[in-house]
Amino acid sequence: MLALIYILIAVFIASTFWQLTNVFNLKKDIATEEDNDQQGKLMFAFMVFFYGLMIFSFWKYWAVLLPKSASIEGEQTDQLYDITMLLILVVQAIMQFLLFYFAYKYRGIKGRKALFYADSHKLETIWTVTPAVVLAGLIIYGLSVWIDITDTSDLEDPLVVELYAKQFSWEARYAGKDNTLGKANVRFIEGINTMGVDMTDLNSVDDIPVRELHLPKGRPVIFKFRSQDVLHSAYMPHFRAQMNCVPGMVTQFGFTPTMTTEEMRADEKIVAKVENINKIRTEKGEDPYEFDYLLLCNKICGASHYNMQMKIVVHEEADFNKWLAEQQTMAQVIKN
Amino acid sequence: MSDHHHKETFITKYVFSQDHKMISKQYLITGIFMGVIGVFMSMLFRLQIAWPDHSFSLIEAFLGTHQDGGVMSPDIYLALVTIHGTIMVFFVLTAGLSGTFSNLLIPLQIGARDMASGFLNMISYWLFFLSSILMVISLFVEAGPASAGWTIYPPLSALPQAIPGSGAGMTLWLVSMAVFIASSLLGALNYIVTVLNLRTVGMKMTRLPLTIWAFFITAIIGVVSFPVLLSAALLLIFDRSFGTSFYLSDIFIDGSVLHYQGGSPVLFEHLFWFLGHPEVYIVLLPALGITSEIIATNSRKPIFGYRAMIGSIIAIAFLSTIVWGHHMFITGMNPFLGSVFTFTTLLIAIPSAVKAFNYITTLWKGNLQMNPAMLFSIGLVSTFVSGGLTGLILGDSALDINVHDTYFVVAHFHLVMGVSAIYGMFAGVYHWFPKMFGRLMNKTLGYWHFWITAIAAYGVFFPMHFVGLAGLPRRYYTNTAFPYFDDLADINVVITMFAILGGLAQLIFLGNFFWSIYKGKKAGTNPWNSNTLEWTTPVEHIHGNWPGKIPEVHRWAYDYSKPGHEEDWVCQTTPLMDGEEPS
Repeated sequence: MLALIYILIAVFIASTFWQLTNVFNLKKDIATEEDNDQQGKLMFAFMVFFYGLMIFSFWKYWAVLLPKSASIEGEQTDQLYDITMLLILVVQAIMQFLLFYFAYKYRGIKGRKALFYADSHKLETIWTVTPAVVLAGLIIYGLSVWIDITDTSDLEDPLVVELYAKQFSWEARYAGKDNTLGKANVRFIEGINTMGVDMTDLNSVDDIPVRELHLPKGRPVIFKFRSQDVLHSAYMPHFRAQMNCVPGMVTQFGFTPTMTTEEMRADEKIVAKVENINKIRTEKGEDPYEFDYLLLCNKICGASHYNMQMKIVVHEEADFNKWLAEQQTMAQVIKN
Repeated sequence: MSDHHHKETFITKYVFSQDHKMISKQYLITGIFMGVIGVFMSMLFRLQIAWPDHSFSLIEAFLGTHQDGGVMSPDIYLALVTIHGTIMVFFVLTAGLSGTFSNLLIPLQIGARDMASGFLNMISYWLFFLSSILMVISLFVEAGPASAGWTIYPPLSALPQAIPGSGAGMTLWLVSMAVFIASSLLGALNYIVTVLNLRTVGMKMTRLPLTIWAFFITAIIGVVSFPVLLSAALLLIFDRSFGTSFYLSDIFIDGSVLHYQGGSPVLFEHLFWFLGHPEVYIVLLPALGITSEIIATNSRKPIFGYRAMIGSIIAIAFLSTIVWGHHMFITGMNPFLGSVFTFTTLLIAIPSAVKAFNYITTLWKGNLQMNPAMLFSIGLVSTFVSGGLTGLILGDSALDINVHDTYFVVAHFHLVMGVSAIYGMFAGVYHWFPKMFGRLMNKTLGYWHFWITAIAAYGVFFPMHFVGLAGLPRRYYTNTAFPYFDDLADINVVITMFAILGGLAQLIFLGNFFWSIYKGKKAGTNPWNSNTLEWTTPVEHIHGNWPGKIPEVHRWAYDYSKPGHEEDWVCQTTPLMDGEEPS
C-alpha cells in the first residue's frame, strides 16, 4: 500500500515537472556562444570543487586510515603503496588540471576556427614510452615485493597455524610441539571435533584448537586456511594480510608480527582513532572501546557475513609461549 | 495504425520490428527501465549502510516480508547489492549501452541500409527483453532473489542452505543470464558481420568513425568471452540440480557432509572472470568510442591520433582477455600466476594513458561547443582518469592483498567503468537523440542533469576510497558489529546523501527524455554540424535509411576545421578538392 503511495507521489512530481519544463521550451537547444562561455567557466569552477574535495577528503579522513603495518611484510607493501599513491596523485593532479583547464580555456567563440591538428608522432611516442617506462619500474618493484611475501620457504622456524572458516565464525588450530598440523577433512567433523581433525593421524594429537588467535611478536607465522562450507576470506588489515578460505583445498599466507597489541594500542594514530571512536560511542551511550587486532571475513558468505570476526592478540614471544602451554591439546579436548 | 494499405502494422513497426533504428530505441527504453530499478536498489541499500538501525517507511513499502519495521534483513541487503550489480553491468551497461548505440550507429555510420540480419537482430532484442523479464520476476520469489554477489561464486550460489537467495532466485538468475548471453551473442555476431561486409563505397576500415571501431572490437570481445560465462553457468546449473561436483568439494553444512567431492570454486572463478574482466571493456569501450566522436565533433577538431586510438582499442581488447587473474590474487592461485597477471594488468595502463592524453589533446586549441553531450564526455575522461589510476594499486598483486574486496575496489570500479560508462551512455543519448526521435533534448535540463550528477558522483566515490583504505570490507550489511569502524559512520552518511542527490538528478534526465520525445524542439538534419553519415539521412525514419542511393565516402570522419574549407566541418561524402591531401 505504502509502495503505491510512493509511486503516486512520484507520478505527481513527474507531471508537475513536465508542466514546468514547458517554460524552458522557449530557448534554443543547441549550445550558443553564451552557453559555451557559461559552461566553460563552470568547468573551471568544477576543477576547483574537485581539487577542494580531494584536499578536504585527505585532510578530514586521514585519521580513519589504517595505522602503520604491524608486520614485516606489510612494511614492504606500505612502502610500495606510498610510492604508487604519490605517482597516482601527481598524475591525477596534472591530468585533471589539463582536462578542465582546456575545457575552460577553449570554450567556443563564434567565428573562431579550431586548430586542425590531427596527429603527432612525437607526442604519441612520448606518451606511450613514458608510461611504459614508469610502469616497467612499478612492475619490477611490485613483483619483487610480491615474490618476497608469497615465498614462505625462507622463513626461519615458523609457527604453523590453521585458520578454519565456517558460517559465521572462525576457529584456529596450532600445530603443537611437532609443528605439523594433523590431517583434517569435513568428513571427520563429529561432536566436539568441530574442525574435522583426523585423530588417527599422529600429528593431530598435540594440535591445539582455540577460539581466539594469539601470535608471538617477531616470529614468522605461516597460516594454513580451510573452509567448511562456502568461500570465506581471512582478512587481517593491520598486518596487510589476506587469503581466501576455499572448501576442498588448503591455502597459505605468512607474515611476521612486529608489534604487540599493547604496542599498537600506544601507537599515536591508534590513540587518536580510539579517542575519536569513543567520543562517538559516548554520544550514542555505548561502552567504551579498546583497540584489538582483527580477523574479518572479506568474502561474501551469507547473512551474517558482516559479523564474522575473531580477535587477534599479539604477545611478546615468552608470553605467547606461556599462553600456548596453558591451552588444551586436541587429545585432551576430545578425551574430556 | 488504421492504415491498412501500408505494409507495416503496429506490431511489425513498433513491436517485432526488424529495423535497426527501432530496435535501438527498444534497447534504450528497456535499458532505462532496468536502470531505474538498479539505481533505486542502490538508494535502498545506501540507506541501510548510512543508518543501519533506522526505520524507513520507504524500505517498509518496497521490501515487504524482507524487512522488519522498516529495517531490511541482511539477506535482502545482499540480494539488493547482487541484483544492483547484475542489472547495472549486464542489463544497463552492456545491453542498454552497446545494444542501443551499436544498433543505431553501425548501419547509419558505415552507410548500410540495415544490419546484416534484421531478423536475428529482432530475435536478439526479444531475447534480451525475455531475460529482463526473468530477472525482474526473480525479485518476487518468496525466498528472495539471487544474493551471492553479482559474481555468484559457488558454493554460496550453489547451496540454498547457505543463503536463501540461492534457491529459486538463483535458478531464475542463471536462466535469465543464459538467455541474456544468447541475445548478446546474436547481437555481437550481427555487428561484426555488418561492419565487415556492409560498408559503403569508400568506407575503408581506416575511415570508420571511432564509435564503429569501438563497437566492432567490443563485439569481438563479447563473442570470445560470453560463451565462457555460459559454460560456467551451465556447469553451475549441473552442480545445483544434477549433483555433479565441478565447483564443490568437502562441504559440511546444516549438520551434515554433502556428497560433493573433487571440484573447486577456483575453477568457477577462472571461468567467471574470463568473461568478467573483458566485460569491463565490453561496457567501457563503446562509451569511449561515443566520447571520441562527441569530443571531436564538439571541439570542432579532428580526434587527435586517430590511428593511435584504434591501436589502443585493439591493445586494450587484446590485453583484456589475458588479465582476468587479477581478480584472483588471493584465492590461493599459484603466486607465480599472480606475477604474470600483475604484469599483463599493469600493461593496460599504457593504451589507457594514450587514450586519455589523446582526448585532452583533442580539446587543446579547439572551439568547444558545450552541449550536454560534450559535458558528459569531458566528465567521462575525468572519471576514467580518476578511476583508472587507482587500478595501479589494485592490479599490483602485492598491494591488492590489503585492499582486495574492500570499499576501495568499489570506489575504483564504479568510477572507471560505472560512472564513466554511464556518462558515455548519457552523452550518446543527448547527442543522438535527434537521430532517434527527430527532436532535441532540452539543453538547460541537460546542464542541470550533468552538473548535479558530476558533483554527486565524485561526492559518493571519492570519499569511498578512504572507507576502503580504512579496511572496511564491501558487502557488509552494517559495520556496527565492529567498534573499530565506528568512525566511518560520518563518511557513510556523506556518501549516502550524495548518492541520493545523484539518484534524484536522474529524474531530471528521465523527465527530459520522455518529455522531449513528444515535445522537444524539432531537430534539423544535422544539428551538431557533424561529418558522419548518420546525419545525411532524413529526420523522419525510413526503412533503408537513405531515400535514394547510399552515399559514397571520400574522406575520414574527422575533417573538422580543415584549412581550405569554408565551414568548420566537411561531411564524409564530400569529394576531395583539387590538390587536397586525404587525411
